[in-house]
Amino acid sequence: MIAYTDKVRQIARRLLEESRVEMVIGFRKGSQPMMNEPCFIRKAEDADKLVWDGNCGINLANYLTGRNEKIAVFAKGCDSRNIVTHIIENKVQRDKLVIVGVPCTGMIDKRLVASRTEGEIESVGENADKVVVKLSDGGSLEYDRREVLQGNCALCVHRNPVIYDELVADLVEEQTDVDRWADVREIEEMDTEQRRRFFEDLLAPCIRCYACRNACPLCYCPTCFVDESKPQWLGKGQDQIDIQTFHFLRAFHCAGRCTDCGACQRACPVGINMRLLTKKLEKDCFEMYRWEAGMTLDQRPALDTYKPDDPQGFIK
Amino acid sequence: MKVINIDQKKWTKGIETLGGTYKLIGPVAEKDFHTFKTLGQGQLPDLSFTNTRLSPKDVVFPQSEDMFVYTLDPTEEDCNILKEAPKDYSPRVILGIRPCDARAVQLVKLNFDTEQYKDPYWLRLFEATTFVGLACDEPCATCFCTSTGCGPYGEEGLDILLAKDGDGLRAKVLTSKGQELADAAGWTDTADDGGAFDKARQAAEARIVSKVKTDRLGELDTLALHGADFWEDVSFACINCGTCTYLCPTCWCFDIQDEVHGKKGKRMRNWDSCMFPIFTVHTTGHNPRGTKLQRVRQRFMHKLKYFLDKYDQGIMCVGCGRCVQQCPVNIDIRRVCDLMNSYSSENACAVQG
Repeated sequence: MIAYTDKVRQIARRLLEESRVEMVIGFRKGSQPMMNEPCFIRKAEDADKLVWDGNCGINLANYLTGRNEKIAVFAKGCDSRNIVTHIIENKVQRDKLVIVGVPCTGMIDKRLVASRTEGEIESVGENADKVVVKLSDGGSLEYDRREVLQGNCALCVHRNPVIYDELVADLVEEQTDVDRWADVREIEEMDTEQRRRFFEDLLAPCIRCYACRNACPLCYCPTCFVDESKPQWLGKGQDQIDIQTFHFLRAFHCAGRCTDCGACQRACPVGINMRLLTKKLEKDCFEMYRWEAGMTLDQRPALDTYKPDDPQGFIK
Repeated sequence: MKVINIDQKKWTKGIETLGGTYKLIGPVAEKDFHTFKTLGQGQLPDLSFTNTRLSPKDVVFPQSEDMFVYTLDPTEEDCNILKEAPKDYSPRVILGIRPCDARAVQLVKLNFDTEQYKDPYWLRLFEATTFVGLACDEPCATCFCTSTGCGPYGEEGLDILLAKDGDGLRAKVLTSKGQELADAAGWTDTADDGGAFDKARQAAEARIVSKVKTDRLGELDTLALHGADFWEDVSFACINCGTCTYLCPTCWCFDIQDEVHGKKGKRMRNWDSCMFPIFTVHTTGHNPRGTKLQRVRQRFMHKLKYFLDKYDQGIMCVGCGRCVQQCPVNIDIRRVCDLMNSYSSENACAVQG
């Protein structure tokens, strides 16, 4: 995937030269190992700032809303599904976008690499199969790329963009042999008390920085319910019930919309896997309605349609 | 130089003894990273950390702190009277705070302890605390403390500075508060170190390879910086979360909230963040910092310009590198500082942003 960089620059340059768009949204190389920074360019000569590799995990669909320009955006499978969701929810207009699809082989989990690596990481490179870590003391290590992917990427079944105007490379083979919801089933099998304790432990480190919410392309409410003060819905302190309420309600607000892009978990500074909450809803939507978010512009989402034969077993 | 040698046995014994008089706070490994926590009986601080994910600023400035309690029950005598929330200000010691974080407390003190205003909650916790620092012999690549008036062996804000010496520790007592603690712990084995402490300091300072320049920030025109052309580029990636501000040891902003349960209420203060739109929103609904660009600019201008101009105590950053490491979108204060420091107003935008 690292070979995409040249193509990304070439496409960005052309789109700007031909005035097809006013700005291009992509990534530039970060200052930290395994980090790239979302950025925009407006001039063709700046195209060489752009990069693409396994460190582009932030969801660029999050940067498209509230803008007036005609924009080109690089979109992985998950990003493209969030763009579809944005279009369906009238947050962006299709004709204001040039979507450059990026067939994806998964993003590197920087925390996983860091936790597996003894010593300080100086830089991290990659090729098709390997992630190569260079250490400050001169040593180096290699990991099988598949073993150090973000949790959501390892289980991703929609690596190819679902909507695009052009592609940076040929489509990649989709994964079919993955068990997407093993971790959710484990939680489902717990009894109520175990589950309560599990969630308490899961969310205890939360510092309420809202990085998960703000990294999420779905969380675009002008005023989030946690910030609402007239009336106030939620306490603002470190009370665990307030913290849990934030996470649970946010997850429910993403029901039938979440693409499991992993931006929330990636953004969390204290390493909380809040995806477990959204994945449960993703699983329910799939099992009950055969619905997966953002796959098509031609169908209304599961939660804003009603069919007489919808399953109703959950109504007690 | 005279130092106190503390071998493992004396360290363990000393901590145990101190537990009788002081509340002990130290780094402990939790899940994936180290955090400063109150130590349980017999628990030793885990000194094998590089830096904690969160700064220990909450020792003197808790994320959520009760200030007052009250009752709304008319049958009670003290109905509607705000009473000070009961709190513990007994002596405590923070063991193993890094020199950058200790300096940060001093920078925060400039705000909470002024001639005009003295923040009683912050000051009482500050005064109750003895700061025992741990020098950094293995700094991270993101550490730039030697550029911020601190350094891996910085002493500002510390009562004792510890440095690792093989399996044991060397201690340099810096204040009478520190001496009192060393005596109470039975750390009295004073010896001349033959310059080893200073040598270790120099070696550690040489390991800090990340540097920023701040020399021009003071002289630059505030409005020119405010209107600089780089803010859109700097702020674009920002998602306006509170990671940088909450992890930062020098960010001190808070919000005051009342919480009422039934007839009992409390007034508390919680950390707040200039990154949040709600931070500045007026009751009219108007928000003077309504855009991401304005909020990101505010954070960097406060840290690197307004603070410097107001207090003349350097920048409001100690170079701990937490925001650099944890920013979800890799906005790097070192890059922004360099952009600001090297700014030439010839490039200034005619219209203020």
